[in-house]
Amino acid sequence: MEQAVENKNPWGGGDVKPLGASYGKLMMWFFLMTDALTFSGFLAAYGFSRFKYADEWPIAEEVFTHFPFMHGDHPLLFVALMTFILILSSVTMVLAVNYGHKMERKKVILWLSLTIVGGILFLSSQAWEWGHFIHGLDGVPATLISNPYGHPLFADYFFFITGFHGFHVFSGVVILTIILINVIKGTYEERGHYEMVEKVGLYWHFVDLVWVFVFTFFYLV
Amino acid sequence: MSEHHKETFLTKYIFSLDHKMIAKQFLITGMFMGVVGMTMSILFRLQLSNPGESFAVLEFFLGEKWAPGGVLDPNMYLSLVTMHGTILVFWVLTAGLTGTFANFLIPLQIGARDMASGFMNMLSYWFFFAATLVLMYSLFVESGPAAAGWTIYPPLSALPQAIPGSGLGQDLWLIAITLFVVSSLLGGLNYIVTILNLRTKGMSMSRLPLTIWALLIVAILGVLSFPVLLSCALLLIFDRSFGTSFYLSDIIINGEALHNTGGSPILFEHLFWFLGHPEVYIILLPALGIVSEVISVNSRKPIFGYKAMVGALIVIAFLSFVVWGHHMFITGMDPFLGSVFTFTTLLIAIPSAVKVFNYLATLWRANIRFTPAMLFAIAFVSTFITGGLTGLILGDSALDINIHDTYFVVGHFHIVMGVSAIYGMLAGVYHWFPKMYGRMMNKKLGYFHFWVTFISAYGVFFPMHFLGLAGLPRRYYTNSAFPMFDGLTDINEVITFFAIIGGLVQLLFIFNFFYSIFKGTKASENPWKSNTLEWTTPVERIHGNWPGEIPSVERWPYDYSKPGADEDFIPQNVPLKEGETEH
Repeated sequence: MEQAVENKNPWGGGDVKPLGASYGKLMMWFFLMTDALTFSGFLAAYGFSRFKYADEWPIAEEVFTHFPFMHGDHPLLFVALMTFILILSSVTMVLAVNYGHKMERKKVILWLSLTIVGGILFLSSQAWEWGHFIHGLDGVPATLISNPYGHPLFADYFFFITGFHGFHVFSGVVILTIILINVIKGTYEERGHYEMVEKVGLYWHFVDLVWVFVFTFFYLV
Repeated sequence: MSEHHKETFLTKYIFSLDHKMIAKQFLITGMFMGVVGMTMSILFRLQLSNPGESFAVLEFFLGEKWAPGGVLDPNMYLSLVTMHGTILVFWVLTAGLTGTFANFLIPLQIGARDMASGFMNMLSYWFFFAATLVLMYSLFVESGPAAAGWTIYPPLSALPQAIPGSGLGQDLWLIAITLFVVSSLLGGLNYIVTILNLRTKGMSMSRLPLTIWALLIVAILGVLSFPVLLSCALLLIFDRSFGTSFYLSDIIINGEALHNTGGSPILFEHLFWFLGHPEVYIILLPALGIVSEVISVNSRKPIFGYKAMVGALIVIAFLSFVVWGHHMFITGMDPFLGSVFTFTTLLIAIPSAVKVFNYLATLWRANIRFTPAMLFAIAFVSTFITGGLTGLILGDSALDINIHDTYFVVGHFHIVMGVSAIYGMLAGVYHWFPKMYGRMMNKKLGYFHFWVTFISAYGVFFPMHFLGLAGLPRRYYTNSAFPMFDGLTDINEVITFFAIIGGLVQLLFIFNFFYSIFKGTKASENPWKSNTLEWTTPVERIHGNWPGEIPSVERWPYDYSKPGADEDFIPQNVPLKEGETEH
């Protein structure tokens, strides 16, 4: 009887997992905490400079006005589309994880592939967005040294932080592709569970969440 | 991984997945780096006590280029100070201390076969090794190693053309520290999940030895603070190499204005010290954990106030994230903000005092065994008090402004985190050596090592407080250029004298260490009559730790001299007797 009571304590040691997660999943959570703090460092630095130069800081609506194959001003329309694509890729990821739980391999393959497509689309859009930004105003390009739209630090932070985020998306696409290959080979079928899909899903959602913050800091505030 | 398996030389000693072997790799690399860092300090101490005099030893180590005629070159002086700080803070007291004891003790004391991921654990060491190689390589580049101080404040560190040391040496420093962050991250994630998920049956959180509590909190601190150092370093790399202006503004070199505009070196300091202050506790907490264990075992008494000890660790860890501003009182900080940071800083005195009180209460009327480990643990309590008291002075913004960047600061942090953490590390090595190598270290050499170390450490760092109060600034190449400091020459000579003695005696420790690995007397399974689980493993190292089943835990780890027991210790795996209550 006493034994049974003791076993109920999730922190009591033995086979019970205190947070109900395998060590791999816990590791992913803690890694995401680390990564969140790396981004916090950058975004805090951004805020530090943003408030220091509140008057000279470019207004995003006036900088990001272009949309491919369309004329005229469309402030923030393109970045809204990018954001939508990335969030959509989170939805497809959720579905992939869901079908992983149900052990339906074909559907996992389908939704995982769509997530990868979403990631690639986002990266390509970002390349276009960067291209547009670099193109600059009146023949003056925006670079790490100069910024025709306003304070040069805006360009520094824009390239650095969106670049760092883009690097995360790129890594995510690479990892998803590796996982997809494993799913196709049936590795997780053999293992009896699709936890790897779930773990990489956590990472993917995190990268999306970070984008929401990056988007807010650079485009909305 | 439950069974021991055949190992080749390569998988046993080099690319080992066994946490015990990885711990030894960290320890020996840490010891090697310790000798390098210590030698550097002795070299620049010679210049500080005898400015401009010629020493053959300087020319021997540094060559004609950096010590022409045996006189230390000013640029090399800055490099030596920088590398000494970097090596001791990161390589010895972070990786050498946590890497060794987290790897060694976590699986053994919680009753696990190995770390959660042995592979990541191995990677953690090899990233650390790569970082070590890069840092050592930077000693040999033409423009010399990094020279902007271990805190690498820009603009000195951000402009490659500033001084010789901010050239290639600084680049290599940044690469090394990035590799180091990766290593500590891989290690930290592993430590946390291993402690959370792999505890053996009955090892509830309230039965964890205090070493494990300390290592868990250290790992969490590392996972939360090192990434901010990474952000800080990445931005610096961009400023150095790609022309951005995060930390730079309005700089003129040789009459030529640089393009940088808008950045702020204060931003760097905020980011850096957000890591930098928790880093102090990353260094100190493992030592606190080790000392708790060693003091309890050798006092033959339960640790006084177990829950208060855990609580104090958690509070210290939390507070360490909200005090970074006390490193920046003289940056033009708003006095009100300064008083807020003063308040949070002084709050740390409370949990620290709880710890000291509990150590003293554990020692009170105890049946103390003065093993070398115990002496170092008691010495830790001593330096923790002396260093802590000067911390109160420095934590107060009004007082700090007078002694900021003087030798008072150098004396303070060397005693409270340098020497204290080294004592914790040495206590740990003396205490767990029998478990690591199955042999005992020589006790007499241990005593000699302890007394000479203890006296010379105070001999080096105590007088520094007086130098600081007299106004002597730290980091200066020479003390002879200012007549007002001429009267301090004698004190500086005393410091250098003790530094040399204290340095030499560490070589004796290293001799003792390696001699005992091969020639020490054979150890029994539980030579200190200790309660924790690691002493239930066989003397012969096996991968998987216990040949049979993992013992289950029936009681807390501090049942020493329990009334009614036959012996003065009851290992954690012994079931409670009929009618016996826990604690």
